[in-house]
Amino acid sequence: MGILERNSRNIDNRCWNPGIKAFPVKNVYTAGVAGQRFFEELKENGKIYGSKCEKCGLTYVPARIYCEKCFDHLLEKDWVDVGIEGTIYSYTLVCKTKSGGPKEKPSIMAAIRIADGLLIHRLGDCREEELEIGRPVKAEFKPKQDRTGSIEDIMHFKPL
Amino acid sequence: MMRKVAIVGAGMTSFVRRALETPKELSYQATKVTLDSCGLTLDDVDCIAHGTAPDAFDGLHQNGEYMVDGCGGWNKPTMRVYVGGGTGIHAVVHGWHHVASGLFDTCLVVCEEKMSSALPHAQAFFLTIFDSITERPLEPNLLWIFALEMNRYMERYGYTKEDMALVAVKNKQNGLKHPASQFSEKVTVEDVVNSEMMAYPVSRLDVSPVSDGAAAVLLASERVARRLTDKPVWIEGVGWSLDTAYWATRDLYYPRYTDTAARMAYDMAGIREPDKEIHVAEPYDPFDYKALHHLEGLQLSPRGKTVELLRDGHFDIDGNLPMCPSGGLLGVGNPIAAAGTMKVCELFWQLRGEAGQRQVPGNPRRGVAQSWGDLMQVSSVVVVGN
Amino acid sequence: MEDTIKVAGGTGLTADDIKSGKIFLTEDSLDCAYAWDTGVAVNRYLAELKQGKIIATRCKKCKRTMLPPRLFCELCFIPCSNWQYVQDTGIVNTFSICHVHWDATRIGKDEKPHLPAVIEIDGASEGMGIMHLLGEVDPEEIKIGMQVKAVWKPEAERTGSIIDIKYFKPL
Ligand SMILES: [Zn+2]
Ligand SMILES: [Zn+2]
Repeated sequence: MGILERNSRNIDNRCWNPGIKAFPVKNVYTAGVAGQRFFEELKENGKIYGSKCEKCGLTYVPARIYCEKCFDHLLEKDWVDVGIEGTIYSYTLVCKTKSGGPKEKPSIMAAIRIADGLLIHRLGDCREEELEIGRPVKAEFKPKQDRTGSIEDIMHFKPL
Repeated sequence: MMRKVAIVGAGMTSFVRRALETPKELSYQATKVTLDSCGLTLDDVDCIAHGTAPDAFDGLHQNGEYMVDGCGGWNKPTMRVYVGGGTGIHAVVHGWHHVASGLFDTCLVVCEEKMSSALPHAQAFFLTIFDSITERPLEPNLLWIFALEMNRYMERYGYTKEDMALVAVKNKQNGLKHPASQFSEKVTVEDVVNSEMMAYPVSRLDVSPVSDGAAAVLLASERVARRLTDKPVWIEGVGWSLDTAYWATRDLYYPRYTDTAARMAYDMAGIREPDKEIHVAEPYDPFDYKALHHLEGLQLSPRGKTVELLRDGHFDIDGNLPMCPSGGLLGVGNPIAAAGTMKVCELFWQLRGEAGQRQVPGNPRRGVAQSWGDLMQVSSVVVVGN
Repeated sequence: MEDTIKVAGGTGLTADDIKSGKIFLTEDSLDCAYAWDTGVAVNRYLAELKQGKIIATRCKKCKRTMLPPRLFCELCFIPCSNWQYVQDTGIVNTFSICHVHWDATRIGKDEKPHLPAVIEIDGASEGMGIMHLLGEVDPEEIKIGMQVKAVWKPEAERTGSIIDIKYFKPL
């Protein structure tokens, strides 16, 4: 007997379950001060921006308003267009859905190194054999009219 | 042997209904301005004690870990504390341990809350604090427990809704002078009493708002504090206590947890007569009645006589014992954990004579701040002096 | 006097900022459910509720008869194995008249307000209250100290839950 079946029983099994009673809450997240500008550039200009801390010599991607190492404020002048290419830092084949069920076709998730940042995104338009750590990749954007100012404005990264 | 611990810097963000900043960015703003206030950089910080109340508000599970780089915690010993609404002051107690123990010379205390992320309303997320089996099937909401407690408190001493409203009016009036306040309008007793009835006896203006914000203080050992400033504010006593979680089985008219926590802090500070030796108080005021309830628990007002004293102006800014000169949660805003830390910031500014238009006259030398939370069962208390 | 308070950040957004679509927002919900083990003591409590009875545990040291029943006395920190039936009557320790749902939406004009109360159950120790609801009463008539009695669901509809008691009504 699966654990979920067991939980649907009543007190005879020492479990109490509100069952159908849903808890319909959700969260909504602002992009933040840096995020607002970052996604604006993604949406309007198809550009990826980072912010550079001169003191530490690091370029954060996505851009931030502060350097986490020296705590300097990163200002307008510190924003840099880092281009839309990066390299595969690491990747994984995802064979299960979010809830642990089987997935029809595995998706490929990767940590992509752009400047000193790591962006987590999908890899697409490629075969598994093409995957290799260190391989250059390039962002493929949705058509401009479909972009909403979200990380999903980038459909995926494609190996070069 | 415990070492002396001083507060040497304080800072905060504005409290707002919905902030553009992410929780990380809010933390950064409050932390950075605190460091700047005492001329330090992150290199001077030995460790971080941070706090945020339920993860559910920010919608970020393990919000403490998420916040860490905004708190200056990159690559430093960092520890989060969580006691619901009590978090904001408990985090200061927690930071105090870090320095008093001798392990660290400086500790940044940062608290943040972004309640606006929670939809349909932050209140909804509180359903899950009730006992899942013996209470949740009744579909309780958070207001119930406050309404039940407020009603019991009023009944016990014959207080009226008008009496309770006086606190909201006074605190909101004080808050108008706070540069970080989310309010700009004065309210009257009539406004409070006639505002929308939510859960008798709680009307809308009896309650503090939903807010986003962050606040921070920097703690230092005596050696470092003396080097940094001529005006350190010493943490003279700390106390905390939790009452039973069977909240319906203890009498709600008196906050025993506050009593226990306060006595612990006063003992440490060598205070025998708190109502005479404390010059400024910041009791926790998420609801107007709670400020009075807590003043009694803090031994700053005789039980059942608090409204009389309030009406006599005893708790006004120029009264014998100014209460919530900051404006409190009712007057500045209530980003849960940050609101508690804001109260410690206020005492820091008050004791240094830096509170601007809100300055309590007569050079107050000793203050107490207190916060309250979990299932109406925890109090955290900090006594400061100079 | 100069205000030297240090404040930075906390950029307030208005409803219009959100509606205009200028502010980028991401939404998510957890979409998950929980089920809880009732535990030893509460399991018996629920089983008795199903039979139309309220049962408590008694601490042999402090002599408290405790509701909800528990496996240990949290004051004396010793196990409690003495079970004792209590009445299904009690007095109102405190109450509220609530016009707001759990998610802060307002109760409609044609709906009745919720009437939560702490009820000290007869037969349990003094002050030993449980949270429940009041019913069959005009909200204006509710008083602290009022005597009330449980109104049970019909036996066939009881599931072993705190809501096997529909509410408490004035005696
Ligand atoms: Zn840097
Ligand atoms: Zn006992």
